[in-house]
Amino acid sequence: MEYVLLTLAVVMGVVVWWILRQTINVKPWVPAASTEAVDSGGVRSGLDVGNPLRPSKVALGGFLAVSSSIFALFISAYSIRMEYGDWRPLPEPTLLWANTGILILCSVFLHSAWVNVKKQNLGGIKVGLALGSLMTVAFMVGQLMAWNQLVNSGYGISGNPANAFFYTLTAIHALHLLGGLIALGVAFKNVWGAVEFSEIENKVYAIELCGVYWHFFLAVWAILFTYLLNT
Amino acid sequence: MADVIHDAVDYVPPLVIEDEELYHAKTWLGKYVFSQDAKVIAIQYSVTAIGVGIVALCLSVLMRLQIGWPESFAFIDPSNYLQFVTMHGMIMVVYLLTALFLGGFGNYMIPLMIGARDMAFPYANMLSFWFYFASVVILLASFFVPGGATGAGWTLYPPQAIMPGTPGTDLGILLMLASLAVFIIGFTMGGLNYLTTTLQLRTRGMSLMRMPLTVWAIFTATVLALLAFPALLVSAIMMTLDTVLGTSFFMPAIISAGAQTDYSGGSPVLFQHLFWFFGHPEVYIVALPAFGLVSDIISVHARKAIFGYRMMVWAIVAIGALSFVVWAHHMYVSGMNPYFGFFFATTTLIIAVPTAIKVYNWVLTLWRGNIKTTVPMLFAIGFVFTFINGGLTGLFLGNVTIDLPLSDTYFVVAHFHMVMAVSPVLVVFGSIYHWYPKITGRMYNDSMARIHFWCTFVGSYAIYYPMHYLGIEGMPRRYFAYGETEFISSSSGDLNAAISIAAIFVAISQIFFFWNIIASLFKGEKADPNPWGATTLEWQTPQTPPGHGNFDDLPLVYRWAYDYSVPGYEQDFIPQNVSPAEAEKMAKRVEND
Ligand code: HEM
Ligand SMILES: [Cu+2]
Repeated sequence: MEYVLLTLAVVMGVVVWWILRQTINVKPWVPAASTEAVDSGGVRSGLDVGNPLRPSKVALGGFLAVSSSIFALFISAYSIRMEYGDWRPLPEPTLLWANTGILILCSVFLHSAWVNVKKQNLGGIKVGLALGSLMTVAFMVGQLMAWNQLVNSGYGISGNPANAFFYTLTAIHALHLLGGLIALGVAFKNVWGAVEFSEIENKVYAIELCGVYWHFFLAVWAILFTYLLNT
Repeated sequence: MADVIHDAVDYVPPLVIEDEELYHAKTWLGKYVFSQDAKVIAIQYSVTAIGVGIVALCLSVLMRLQIGWPESFAFIDPSNYLQFVTMHGMIMVVYLLTALFLGGFGNYMIPLMIGARDMAFPYANMLSFWFYFASVVILLASFFVPGGATGAGWTLYPPQAIMPGTPGTDLGILLMLASLAVFIIGFTMGGLNYLTTTLQLRTRGMSLMRMPLTVWAIFTATVLALLAFPALLVSAIMMTLDTVLGTSFFMPAIISAGAQTDYSGGSPVLFQHLFWFFGHPEVYIVALPAFGLVSDIISVHARKAIFGYRMMVWAIVAIGALSFVVWAHHMYVSGMNPYFGFFFATTTLIIAVPTAIKVYNWVLTLWRGNIKTTVPMLFAIGFVFTFINGGLTGLFLGNVTIDLPLSDTYFVVAHFHMVMAVSPVLVVFGSIYHWYPKITGRMYNDSMARIHFWCTFVGSYAIYYPMHYLGIEGMPRRYFAYGETEFISSSSGDLNAAISIAAIFVAISQIFFFWNIIASLFKGEKADPNPWGATTLEWQTPQTPPGHGNFDDLPLVYRWAYDYSVPGYEQDFIPQNVSPAEAEKMAKRVEND
């Protein structure tokens, strides 16, 4: 369980540190207009209501914490189960390296979409999103092919716990990307019909969120893949 | 622009976050069924949760019939009994209390108390309820499938949970796992909402340290739930694979009905780790909201600021963080390394420290308060009593040597019912009475509510106190019948019958509650918008019950939630949205009199 404890320690550390920072020197019983600094322009520092982050960004952060918890638990279970005598490591198909490359490309394309948002370049956004989604689909097809190779060479899911973990982990990872594709599809739909950047100005934040999501699951994949290769 | 020095007293800070755009339902269906208004969703959650709660209550009466008068009821056989135990436990913990505290009270209280118009993502909030509803339907459906509901106990331990011999191994267990998965997905949508709303949608002046403890507690419980439910999800996924695809995550090599199964090498203890990694935080997911609600009720009805507000906040956070490192105290009998047991006994006793701080602070808030023995206050004081009782037996069970003989006996049943059944349920009742006038605009019938309190409170003690004794004698839990043993005295049969009578009495006396809240909806007196003289924002809404969007203009907050009986003021409470200048005028009035 040490992996999940480590992950949660990080998450909890951030939460507790953030709460302490906002609560330690406060005297809540003193009434006043507002507890935060007000500068000459009448603009207050963000401390009081929390930073005026977009709520969806906060929610995304929360969701990624939930996912981290899921993967950390799986890895903990993996490391515990591995200690038992019947564990036979399975040979990871080389195809996985190619898939990893494809997943990196997904992140690159989505990042380029976000860069183009900042440049207000509508065409670039569309290309970035289109290639990003396409590559994600390609990644998933690639994973299915890897599964296929394994099954054909006799590594079925119930054959050995190592196989079972391999299929489960890759499936859960792909499911997250599938969910992401839905969000990406919505973002894409909003952008697709637009002719002027100004039409979509207040919708483009979704593209940044998609980018963050993909980078995160690229990192998750990197950790999983390293772990699978080494066990 | 020249430097303007703002008057700290009446300066009104500008909006940092744009005012939320509200969703307006156009159809009847959109307004009452697929509503995106947090208050409607809260009521949907609560009604559904209490509805399944009644099912679970009936199951407990059936169990008690069997234990009290063994062999007298032909319709209860051993498999039924196990199914009742399992469904009763799972429904009460997850589908009643978790859903009611977070989905019900969370949805109602968070936006109103922090001065927001609604949740951050109303659509996801609506979906969250319907996922929850679906999970309840799936769960109840498992009673009617071939083989019936699972009888594995609410802990669902493999291998017995999926091996023939346990009731419900055909479809029952799969439906249970599916229902839990749906519940968790639904909860995650709701939970991200509660989290984001608390963090980002607080009104101006509502700093973290001005939030009522209810919001702090529900917020922390949400964080716990978001991080702990994945453990249940992960174990549910792995168990489903073991059942359906024949993997051996948890299943050891095992012989069933004389034949060797295909399983080999799996680890049932791994499941226990995962389950209790969720299971222990779950205890606090249920307890923390109760702590928060009860703090506010006590403060309002004792007309006194909560004692040690900052301590209370930090205690909530500390309990939340610590609750992730005590899980194995549920596994002392699983044969672990003694050093492990020592570690978990220590963390368990450490978590008692912040918990005890909270209890002291409740008592000190009552101390020399101007205590009004209203119905909510009765329930709140009943909670403090009961929680101390349950907490003390917890200290016993936290020690390995004491736990070993007591594990799986009625002592444990008595402990967890005191601490996580009776205590939170008392808070649920107290809170419903406390907020009833705001939610419905009418007052409940006071004498009926008092009868309800005394029946429930005294009755619960009649049920659970004797169980401690049975447990010390060694009576095991989850047994259909006891037969002849050397260690269980013959008089325990009479005791069990007495407990059953008390249980039936408590169950029936809930009629006072349901009758009261339903009849008062139509016939109750019109309630004052702020009948208790409370300071928090939900009592300051322009309409009662609060309308769509909660407030006309978003309130500005100038003070914390606990300005009760402030010296120099005639009125013994100052609402959170009263500015210091207005408060000054209130004080002057006192001097003139
Ligand atoms: C009138 C109220 C209640 C009565 C009479 C009652 C009675 C019982 C009984 C007889 C058992 C079975 C003990 C055994 O054989 O091991 C049980 C188990 C349980 N109850 Fe209750 N109960 C009540 C309310 C609650 C509530 C409100 C909760 C919510 C937290 C709850 C949670 C549980 C749990 C978690 C179990 C263990 C289930 C299992 O072993 O899988 N109970 N209860
Ligand atoms: Cu525990």
